[in-house]
Amino acid sequence: MSVTMAGVNVDVTTQARPLPAKEFREVVFDVKDLGVSYSGNQALQDVSLEIYRNFVTAFIGPSGCGKSTFIRCFNHMNDLIPSAKVEGTILYHGEDMYGPEVDAVEVRKRIGMVFQKPNPFPKSIYDNVAFGPRVLGMTDGLDERVERALQQSALWDEAKDRLKSSALSLSGGQQQRLCIARCLAVEPEVILMDEPASALDPIATTRIEDLMHELKKDYTIVVVTHNMQQAARVADMTAFFSVNRGEEGQRTGILVEYDATSKIFTQPSDKRTEDYVTGRFG
Amino acid sequence: MNAAAGNLRTKRPRGLWTGRLFYGFLVLSLLIGFLTLGALLAQVFLEGYKWVDLVLFLEAPSADPRIAGAEPAILATIYIGILLLAFTVPLGVGTAIYLEEYANRDRWYNRMLEVNIQNLAAVPSIVYGILGLAFLVRGLGLGRVLLAGAMILTLLVLPTVIIAAREAIRAVPDSIRQAAYALGATKWQVVWRQVLPGALPGIATGSILALSRGLGETAPLLLVGALTYVSFNPTLLGDFTALPVQIYQWIARPQEEFRTLAASAIIVLLAILLTLNAFAIWLRNRYERRW
Amino acid sequence: MATPPAAAQQPLRLRATRRRWGEDVVKVVLALCAFVSVATTVGIVVALFQPAIEFFRAISIVDFLTGTDWSPLFVPASFGVLPLIAGTLLVTGCAILVCVPFGLGAAIYLSEYAQPRTRKTLKPLLEILAGVPTVVYGYFALTFVTPRLQDLGLPVGVFSALSAGLVMGVMLLPTVASISEDSMSAVPQDLRDGAYALGSTRLNVSTLIVVPAAISGIIASFVLAISRAVGETMIVLIAAGGQPNFTWNPQEAVQTMTAFIAATGQGDVPTGTIEYKTIFAVGATLFVMTFVMNLFAIRLVRRFREVYE
Repeated sequence: MSVTMAGVNVDVTTQARPLPAKEFREVVFDVKDLGVSYSGNQALQDVSLEIYRNFVTAFIGPSGCGKSTFIRCFNHMNDLIPSAKVEGTILYHGEDMYGPEVDAVEVRKRIGMVFQKPNPFPKSIYDNVAFGPRVLGMTDGLDERVERALQQSALWDEAKDRLKSSALSLSGGQQQRLCIARCLAVEPEVILMDEPASALDPIATTRIEDLMHELKKDYTIVVVTHNMQQAARVADMTAFFSVNRGEEGQRTGILVEYDATSKIFTQPSDKRTEDYVTGRFG
Repeated sequence: MNAAAGNLRTKRPRGLWTGRLFYGFLVLSLLIGFLTLGALLAQVFLEGYKWVDLVLFLEAPSADPRIAGAEPAILATIYIGILLLAFTVPLGVGTAIYLEEYANRDRWYNRMLEVNIQNLAAVPSIVYGILGLAFLVRGLGLGRVLLAGAMILTLLVLPTVIIAAREAIRAVPDSIRQAAYALGATKWQVVWRQVLPGALPGIATGSILALSRGLGETAPLLLVGALTYVSFNPTLLGDFTALPVQIYQWIARPQEEFRTLAASAIIVLLAILLTLNAFAIWLRNRYERRW
Repeated sequence: MATPPAAAQQPLRLRATRRRWGEDVVKVVLALCAFVSVATTVGIVVALFQPAIEFFRAISIVDFLTGTDWSPLFVPASFGVLPLIAGTLLVTGCAILVCVPFGLGAAIYLSEYAQPRTRKTLKPLLEILAGVPTVVYGYFALTFVTPRLQDLGLPVGVFSALSAGLVMGVMLLPTVASISEDSMSAVPQDLRDGAYALGSTRLNVSTLIVVPAAISGIIASFVLAISRAVGETMIVLIAAGGQPNFTWNPQEAVQTMTAFIAATGQGDVPTGTIEYKTIFAVGATLFVMTFVMNLFAIRLVRRFREVYE
C-alpha cells in the first residue's frame, strides 16, 4: 500500500497488515510521566506510553525534541551524564527500572543499544562481537555465539573469512552491522537504535531496515529516526515528539501523539503531527 | 598604462630595512639556542671523550682521577631508573584514571586535586630534596639510602606522568566507552579493556620521557644522597651516589683531571638520556593511535 | 506478527545478582593513588613550615627579611637573608636578559615566519635544550662561559652571577619559546588576514597584532621562566659561588637561596640546631616566592586556553 507524504510516494506495505489488538500485545515497557532534566533544564517532560513486544517502535520529531534523551533512559545510558536527572517511572515487565538498587549492568544485559555513528572497537571482528559475552561472563560456546550473532546481522558471509582482521577495515555499513552483531551476541530482549542509519549511504540504509524486519521476530526494537519515510517503512508503532517553548525560551520535549504508524501518517489526531508528517515544518 | 597602476611597483617597499633587521633578530634568537647547544656538546665531547673507557665503567671513584671510575654511580642511576618506573607508572596511571574516569568534576575536592597536581609540577626540585631530608632521611630514619632517593624522585616526576597519562586517556574517543557500557560492561571493565589499551602508547611515551627527566635531576639527591664519595656498589638500603651527583662532585674538585673525568661521565649520562628519549619517540611514532 | 502473550523468557531481576565489590575496591585504590599527590603537598608544607616556624620563634622574621648579613655559622651568627635573595635575583635577572627577548624572538619566528615543515623540525630541536640536565649546564658555565667572559675582558672570577645567569637564560629559552608559540598559534588566522589585507608587513602583524592578542600566554611564559630561574639549583651551585654576597654587580660571585640550601643540606648539620633550621627557613621563603609566581602563571595559561578553545 502506498501513501503520499510530502509529495513523495512511500510504501507502507508492511503496515498494511493490521496490528494485533491491544489485548494481545505484550507490554515490555510501561512509561509513566517520564521527565529528564540536565542541571535544572528540563529536556523532556510528561512522557507516557507503552512499548510492545516484537514490535518496531519509532520515535520521530524535529531536532532537539528529546528523542535521543528518551531512548537512552531505557538502558540507563543517561547515568553516564552526572548532571542528568530522571523523574517518573519506566516499568520493564512490571519492574521499576529506576527503582532502588537497580543495577545498570543487569539492565544493559537485557536491553542493548546501537548508536548513530558506527563505533567498533579497535580490535578484530571476532573480538568486537565477543567483547560483550566476555565481560558478562558468557564465555562457553563463544565461537558459536559469535557466528550466530554475525548471521543474525547479515554479516557472516562477508566476515567469516576475516574474523581476525581489524574491524576498522570494514565499510561504514558493514561496521554498523558489526555493531548490531556485537549487541546481539549478549542475547538481549530489546534493541534500542539511535538513528542507526543516518551516517550510512542509501544502500547500506536499506540493508539495516531489512535487518530490522528480520530481527523483530525475535527481539523488541525501538528506533529513533529523523527520517519520516524510514519510520513509515519499518515501524509498527510511531511516537511523534515535539518541542514546547517556555517563557524564557527554554525548550522542553513532549510526546504529542503515539499510535499505529499507518494512523500517524494517514490520519493523525493532532494538528502538530499532521504538520510534521506532511512536511509543513521540521 | 595609467598613473595609478604604475604605483604598484615601488623601488623600495616600505619598512624594508626594519623588516630585515627584525628578521635577523629572530634568526639570532634561534641561533643563540642552537649555537649554545652545539658549544656545550663540543665542550663536553672534546674534553671527555678520551676518558670514556672501561675504567670509567668498571672502577669506583677514588682520590686519584686517573684510576677513578663511575661504576657505583652508573649502577645507582640504573637502579633508580627501575624503581622510578615501578613506582611512578602505577601511581601516575592510577591517579590519571581516577581523575578522568571516576572523579565527579563538580566536586570541589576533585578540582583541588587537579590544581594541586599542576602546582606540584612547578615546585623547585630542591624543595623535594628538603621533603626527603625532613621525612625520609631524618624523620623516618631511613637515612641517606637509595630507596629514599628513588622515592623522592618518584614524587618529583609523578605530576609529569599524571599529566601525560591524562592526555593519553582523554584521547580515547568517548564513542568507544559508550559502546562498551551499552554492552553491559562495568566501569572498571571499560577502563581495563578499552580505555587503557587505547591509551597505552601515550602512557608509555610519557612515562619514559618523565623517567629521563628524573634521571638527570641532581638537587634532590644532594640532600638525600651520600655525604662522602661512595666507593662500593649500591644496594637498596645503602649509601649511594647517582651519576649526576657524581658528576657534580667531580666538578667541585679543584684538580683539572677531575673536570675531564666529569666530562666523560657527562657523556655517559647524555648517552643514557638520549637513548631513553629516542626510544620514547620511536614508541610514539610506531604505536601512536590516530583516532 | 501476532504473538500470544507469554511470560518473559529470562528470569526478571534488575538488581545485581551480587554486589560488585570489585568495583568499589578499584575506586578506593585509584583514589588512594590520587591521594599521594595530596600527601606530597601536605608533606612539603609541613616539612618546610614546621621547622621554619620554630626558626622564626628564635630569630625575628623582620631581621631575617631585612638583614644584609647572612652568616649563620659564624659566632656571633647573623641571619639576614637579603644577600641570598639578592643573589637569586641577580642571577635571575641575567637569565631574563637572555630568555625573554630571545625566547620571544624564537617564538615569533616559529609562529609567524617559519614554514610548517621548518617549525616541525625546529620545535623538537629546541626542546632538546630543555632536556639537558642542569648539572651539565653548570659544567658548561664553569668550563666554557666563564673563560670566554674573561677573554672578553670582563673582570669575572671563577664564580660569577653573570656566567650562571647567562647559561640559565639559554636553558630557559625553550620554556619561553614553547609557551609563547602555543599562545601565538592559537590566535585566529582571521586577525592576521585582516591586518595583511590593510597592507601591513609581517613585522607589523607579528608585533602589533599577534603578540598583543597572545599576551597573556606570553606573560605566563615569562613568569614561569622566572619561577624556574629562582628555583634552579645546580647551575648556580657550580658556577655562581658559595659565599653570600649582597651586591648588584653580576660580575661578582654570589650565593643564591637554592645554592645555600644545597650546600648546607649536603653537610652533616645536626638535626634540630638553628643551623639545620636555616635550611627550612630559606626553603620556605623560596617556596612562597615560586608558589605565588606559579599560581599566577597557571591562572594566565588557563585564561588564554579558555579564550580560544
